[in-house]
Amino acid sequence: MAKNKVMAKPKKRDRNNTAYLFVLPFVIVFLVFSVYPVFRTLYLSFTNYKGYGDAVWAGIDNYKRVLTDKFFWRDLGNTIKIWGVNIIVQLGLAFLLTIVFSDIKYKMRGLAVFRAIYYLPNLIACTSVAFLFKTLLDWKYGTFNQILVAMGLTKTPINWLGQTTTAPMIVALLGAWMWFGNSFIVLMAGVQGIPKDYYEAAAIDGAGRWKVFFKITLPLLKPILLYVFITSLIGGLQLFDLPFLINGTAGASTAGDPAGTLQTAVMYLYKFGFETHQVGYASAIAYTLFFIILIVSLIQFKLLDTKED
Amino acid sequence: MTTTATKIKKGILYICLTLLAAACLLPFWLMIVNATRSGVEITHSFSFLPGKSLKDNWTALFNYVNLFQGFWNSIKVAVPATLLTAYFSAITAYAMAIYKFKGNNTLFKVIIIFMMIPAQLSLIGFYNLCQKLHLVDSYIPLILPAIAAPGIVFFLRQYVQSTLSKALLEAARIDGASELRIFHKIVLPIMAPGIATMSIGSFIGNWNNYLVPLILLNTPNKMTLPVMITTLNAATDLQKNQGAIYLGVAISVVPILIVFCFCSKYIISSISAGSVKE
Repeated sequence: MAKNKVMAKPKKRDRNNTAYLFVLPFVIVFLVFSVYPVFRTLYLSFTNYKGYGDAVWAGIDNYKRVLTDKFFWRDLGNTIKIWGVNIIVQLGLAFLLTIVFSDIKYKMRGLAVFRAIYYLPNLIACTSVAFLFKTLLDWKYGTFNQILVAMGLTKTPINWLGQTTTAPMIVALLGAWMWFGNSFIVLMAGVQGIPKDYYEAAAIDGAGRWKVFFKITLPLLKPILLYVFITSLIGGLQLFDLPFLINGTAGASTAGDPAGTLQTAVMYLYKFGFETHQVGYASAIAYTLFFIILIVSLIQFKLLDTKED
Repeated sequence: MTTTATKIKKGILYICLTLLAAACLLPFWLMIVNATRSGVEITHSFSFLPGKSLKDNWTALFNYVNLFQGFWNSIKVAVPATLLTAYFSAITAYAMAIYKFKGNNTLFKVIIIFMMIPAQLSLIGFYNLCQKLHLVDSYIPLILPAIAAPGIVFFLRQYVQSTLSKALLEAARIDGASELRIFHKIVLPIMAPGIATMSIGSFIGNWNNYLVPLILLNTPNKMTLPVMITTLNAATDLQKNQGAIYLGVAISVVPILIVFCFCSKYIISSISAGSVKE
């Protein structure tokens, strides 16, 4: 990698050779454990590899199968539905909080404390959150239903995780509960990064708080909103832990996964890749999903770019 | 110039913010409360005050699964992985920020691209690689890849560029210090706050990681805490005693709560820093 070129200052050349030594461990591990697996998955997606034995070339058969696999599309639909509800609540809440805390008239206090508390659910392992809520939301014995009944909001306990209408909503809202704090911090960091001069200038001009918000805060926040949206899309379409764990059927009185509405695209991938040993097919699912994410992200970039003209 | 109307509106806002904070904390409080109540109590009614069955729940839980083993396993994975990420990200970021070498720009571009590639794309290839290297059911694939953390290199590279003065390096070179010595003695201490911020995030990520240990580890004794917690799901004996289940979840959550109490500032600044270039 380090070719010895003739350079004017030998000392500098030595120094730059040291740089190669410094980045070498990173580069090697990166190539082996990050780059290679991505291309290996690509290769396997064109084979009928079963997780053992030889990988036999299968051309684009796997991709043809993905395109006509109604369960893949159903699960992708489930994922998008869950993500859609999730992002509306999550980003909506984060955005509202950002408006409240960046308001020039109210000057709300306690940002550090609130921000920390809102972020807390994000820190807990998804497995623990899923398991905790699975138990709290239990149909017959769950604490949540007991509270609702005691408050008179419902007469009989609701089977939150066992109905096609409520189960995906619960997963979406749980996601929002876990991640709104993160979005809030990112948006708020964006607001704090806006130079104070702008606000001072606006104050001198006598601009009202809403005008300041729409003319200064919002436009300058746009790239960060885009960032939050795209990262949440990439994360959302990969949704796995939460529905996968809520899905389990061993819960006390709650039979999970009503009519497959909690099956997400990555759970479908997991099923073929690690349960039924159709690794080639699972690889094709991974790449199809990647292209869908890529296309949607690009459309998002385009949409938000043209608005600025 | 605060009028009464403004004060009232502000009051309402504070109440809303507090309710939202309660919504974030209440599930954890219920978890702790239920961990101390008996299965019968839990199935009959709710309570916001702790009960007296902590010891029974503890016995029931640990008769089924040794969570401390999972705890120890998680430490064995998360601590070395975090240290590797910290050291090698720092040295890579430093080299990329300070030295001019061929391939530097290419490396930077590749890092950006891989920061955006979804993890599921490499999952199958990664498992396949581990099979070939006979590393399934081993901790090595959970620890060693931590050497290459593109996102953290990206952040630290910027950190070096904004905090490190080249004059300092030149002075050290004139004194005859070797490049590696300069990195260890001068650069690392300067980078320490940035490294610490990133390390907390990477530790929590490693600690909470579920999918990769799930596919790689087969031996029950080797399972990390998140994977072990999910096995409670299948424990039919325990289903009769929800208190023990709550206790299991609580044991997995409380350490993170404690870390959070001491490091919340750093954690939050790491998220802010990750998204906004200053």
